Amino acid sequence: MNVIDARGLRKSFGETIALDGVDLHVEEGRILGLIGPNGAGKSTALNAILGLTPYQGELRVLGRDPWGERDQLMRDVCFISDVAVLPRWMRVSQALDYVAGVHPRFDRAKAESFLAKTTIQHTSKIRQLSKGMVVQLHLALVMSIDARLLVLDEPTLGLDIIFRKQFYDSLLNDYFDRSRTIVVTTHQVEELQHILTDLMFMDRGRIVLNCTMEEFESRYVELTVNPDRAAAARALKPMYERQVFGRSILIFDLKPERGINPNIDRQQLASLGEARTPSIADLFVAVVGNQYAAQGAAQ
Amino acid sequence: MNTQPNAMNESSIQSQGTEPAAVSALRVMYWSIRREIWENRALYIAPLAAAAVFLFGFAINLAIMRRSIGAPLLSPAQQQDLLMERYEFSASLIMGIAFIVGIFYSLDALYGERRDRSILFWKSLPVSDLTTVLSKLIVPIVGLPLLSFTITIATQFIMLVMTSVVLLGSGVNIAALWREVSFLHFSLVLLYHVLTVHGLYYAPIYGWLLMVSAWAPRAPFIWAFLPPFVICGVEKIAFNKTHFCTLLGERLTGPGGTMAENDHTNNFSTLIPHHFFSEPGLWIGLAIAAIFLAVAVRLRRYRGPI
Repeated sequence: MNVIDARGLRKSFGETIALDGVDLHVEEGRILGLIGPNGAGKSTALNAILGLTPYQGELRVLGRDPWGERDQLMRDVCFISDVAVLPRWMRVSQALDYVAGVHPRFDRAKAESFLAKTTIQHTSKIRQLSKGMVVQLHLALVMSIDARLLVLDEPTLGLDIIFRKQFYDSLLNDYFDRSRTIVVTTHQVEELQHILTDLMFMDRGRIVLNCTMEEFESRYVELTVNPDRAAAARALKPMYERQVFGRSILIFDLKPERGINPNIDRQQLASLGEARTPSIADLFVAVVGNQYAAQGAAQ
Repeated sequence: MNTQPNAMNESSIQSQGTEPAAVSALRVMYWSIRREIWENRALYIAPLAAAAVFLFGFAINLAIMRRSIGAPLLSPAQQQDLLMERYEFSASLIMGIAFIVGIFYSLDALYGERRDRSILFWKSLPVSDLTTVLSKLIVPIVGLPLLSFTITIATQFIMLVMTSVVLLGSGVNIAALWREVSFLHFSLVLLYHVLTVHGLYYAPIYGWLLMVSAWAPRAPFIWAFLPPFVICGVEKIAFNKTHFCTLLGERLTGPGGTMAENDHTNNFSTLIPHHFFSEPGLWIGLAIAAIFLAVAVRLRRYRGPI
């Protein structure tokens, strides 16, 4: 059974279409990165998955209807959306007491041991903690819940590099195992590249790319060529090109769906310049930027 | 013979985490209410402060009385009347403060969590909107009245002790004072008043405030208090009637007959539940409260941070 099954998910706010028929299937044990510009519909999709917003279309999360059964669903789903949502008046000890009181799958001892590794005091109020400490606390609470799906919506927004690094490290080392599933959205894509198993690009309410990281690595090549080889490289029909310090950086799709040039391979590209796997951010610009360019040309 | 393997199956399933573990609804409610008290310490600080201020005033008053009169000239019956008057004043002061605290609490209950975005945290936990809204109703209609009742009784007991100490050695029969003040009777009437009027009769008021609190895009106070004024005003200007206004006034003053017009010389005959419970106003009010609450629960489901 898939953890998330969405078919034809739609949602509009007045005239604005936030989700325009999204199909999404996430299996157990995956770490899915949902990448997209602001207003692409990522948060709306996550809110629908978490039962925070009504939607049209079919959606099942762990076999449940999130909008109708949010409270039952939250026994098996955790989420951190943004950093500033822990109640500021609460004391750290009260947060532990409360979650232990209402959550059947919360392991208080585990949370205490996570907190012991930080400088957070039990008697502190949350408003006295720094932004990074609030995230540490929230993470300690969430990681101590034996949930099956963890949803992170911009979890590291506004954090410094060290906290961001720690955040993903502890998530991977202390929390993730093959029976859990994580869905994460972020603008800080680079930090995620090596931890994701699946990648999804969203733009204007639609999914524009959906692949596993293995596919991503075998399918896309970024080629850096000197000006004298640029014409030869361009003849192989890259999906995107940009200029950096007089050299051309081209991104190729080795298995384009509507085969423009299905015969190129990695060796061929490597003979023209430096070939490597593009960063998620660069591929995103290539995929989404191309669509904007196409639209601009059509107009 | 069959029970043991079944139990073992269940426990092994639970340890695998596939069977939904459960926390009893009562326990979730308990922690939801506790959390309300953590957040809103004014709930108990305000009535306690009112009691402290009152006792301070009462102490000064006793001291002045003792000095100016020297030996009290009042008879035990007069003493009792005087004390009962003060009792009622202390009760209405503490209850009044608790009512005001309850109003502000309810207005903020479902609005504050949206304003500070913590609603996203609360909604990330397995607590239903119904439980949340009910816990925020129980606080003003059960918690606050019982708390203010307890504080009032404690205050009155301290008053009685203080009076006795002051009168000690003045020749007044203190035993008579304790006997005739009928502390217990007053307490029972008060408890009844608290549970019926503050608990049941005011339910639609708190229901309305919670609903506005769940709905208001901002300034819930204005949204809660403006509509009644507008309705009253329009009714008066357009039709020269005051039905709605009268209705509101009656709701706030409580039904007639529960406290028998505050005449403290009454005995237990003032406790006439069948009058109170046969009053249609009570049941209509409770029905309206239920509608307001249902709307508040539904609204909270749709609401996110503002």
